[in-house]
Amino acid sequence: MSAELAEPASKIELPAGVGGGGEIPTFDVTLRVRRYNPELSEDATWDDFKVTMYGTDRVLDALHKVKWEIDGSVSFRRSCAHGVCGSDAMRINGRNRLACKTLLKDLDTTKPITVEPIKGLPVEKDLIVDMEPFFQSFREVMPFLINKGHEPTKERLQSAEDRERFDDTTKCILCAACTSSCPVFWTDGQYFGPAAIVNAHRFIFDSRDDAGDMRLEILNDKEGVWRCRTTFNCSEACPRGIQVTQAIAEVKQAILSRKI
Amino acid sequence: MTATIDSPRSGKISPQYRRTGGTKGNFEMLAWLFMRLSGVVLVVLIFGHLFVNLLVGEGIHAIDFGFVAGKWADPFWQIWDLTMLWLAMLHGTNGVRTIINDYAEKDSTRLWLKIVLYAATTVIIVLGTLVIFTFNPCPVVDGVPLPGGFCPA
Repeated sequence: MSAELAEPASKIELPAGVGGGGEIPTFDVTLRVRRYNPELSEDATWDDFKVTMYGTDRVLDALHKVKWEIDGSVSFRRSCAHGVCGSDAMRINGRNRLACKTLLKDLDTTKPITVEPIKGLPVEKDLIVDMEPFFQSFREVMPFLINKGHEPTKERLQSAEDRERFDDTTKCILCAACTSSCPVFWTDGQYFGPAAIVNAHRFIFDSRDDAGDMRLEILNDKEGVWRCRTTFNCSEACPRGIQVTQAIAEVKQAILSRKI
Repeated sequence: MTATIDSPRSGKISPQYRRTGGTKGNFEMLAWLFMRLSGVVLVVLIFGHLFVNLLVGEGIHAIDFGFVAGKWADPFWQIWDLTMLWLAMLHGTNGVRTIINDYAEKDSTRLWLKIVLYAATTVIIVLGTLVIFTFNPCPVVDGVPLPGGFCPA
């Protein structure tokens, strides 16, 4: 283990059992990955990979180890690998999470760790799904600032209170963990889904935006906010801790108070 | 069995995800609102109904044909029961309608389940309303009161 240390050992005498990178405990985990390759077979199968990992490793590190050292055909998306880009949402032990934010030591390592693609979107290969339906819903709510007034010469000012109003929903990274955890979305994929509503909320409650009514009209659709059954799966799945169900409820209220 | 892989299809969406023209109108919003409001009213109506029928006076032992006949002689209980019937039926029907929408995967399944649901609802509401308003505690056939009726002495 100490042979793997990149840096030379410290010259400072440390009492035994304290400090040192080499002391991170290792353990064996079994990664059970859902494999699907339409060029080989119509059916998806489970593949088990046994890897030795460190206590500081994440599920993404285990997937890297599998791909780089055991089976290069294992396919998954990841870009930043640090919980910012939202590429690597997957279903780990039956829950939607980001592989790059899930530490192996927080999971039950005595049993195989199941890793599946997120549900409700068409699987392309292994853990990669077609995100196009998800982004189509996102585009439909017009997730950009629409302002009818004159363009200011300086920046558009906003009070701290007005900014606070929609702060929670600005955190979305479009990883699709919420939408693909929603049972209503699983059935037919027609529902706009939590992520689109969250991103509509971000502009509906922005004091600088003038198109709130248009967005509320779009979400008043039969596939819009009224299909939400408040199961809270989305709030639990969100890796950014956005109160998704609450945001959906606020959009429902905004539609109601505008119509009645 | 292997699949043929489509050419790159950026921007293309498989038909099952495509929303076919948003329906105008506020039906889903009103349905959502109705569920909340009727729910609140039903709590009062149903517990009032249970209290009056099962707890007041002799309670459950007093319930018989005469008890029902006595209640429906009073317009207050006619309106109470009528409201309860309509709200409960529409509340329940709307609930099952959303369940069908959520769980039926094929359009034809969805259509048929809804036809059965709406037919059952219509029959029960019409029949119930008819009974409440045309209820006669003393049915008379050919000038002879039927046995079991409650006729004024």
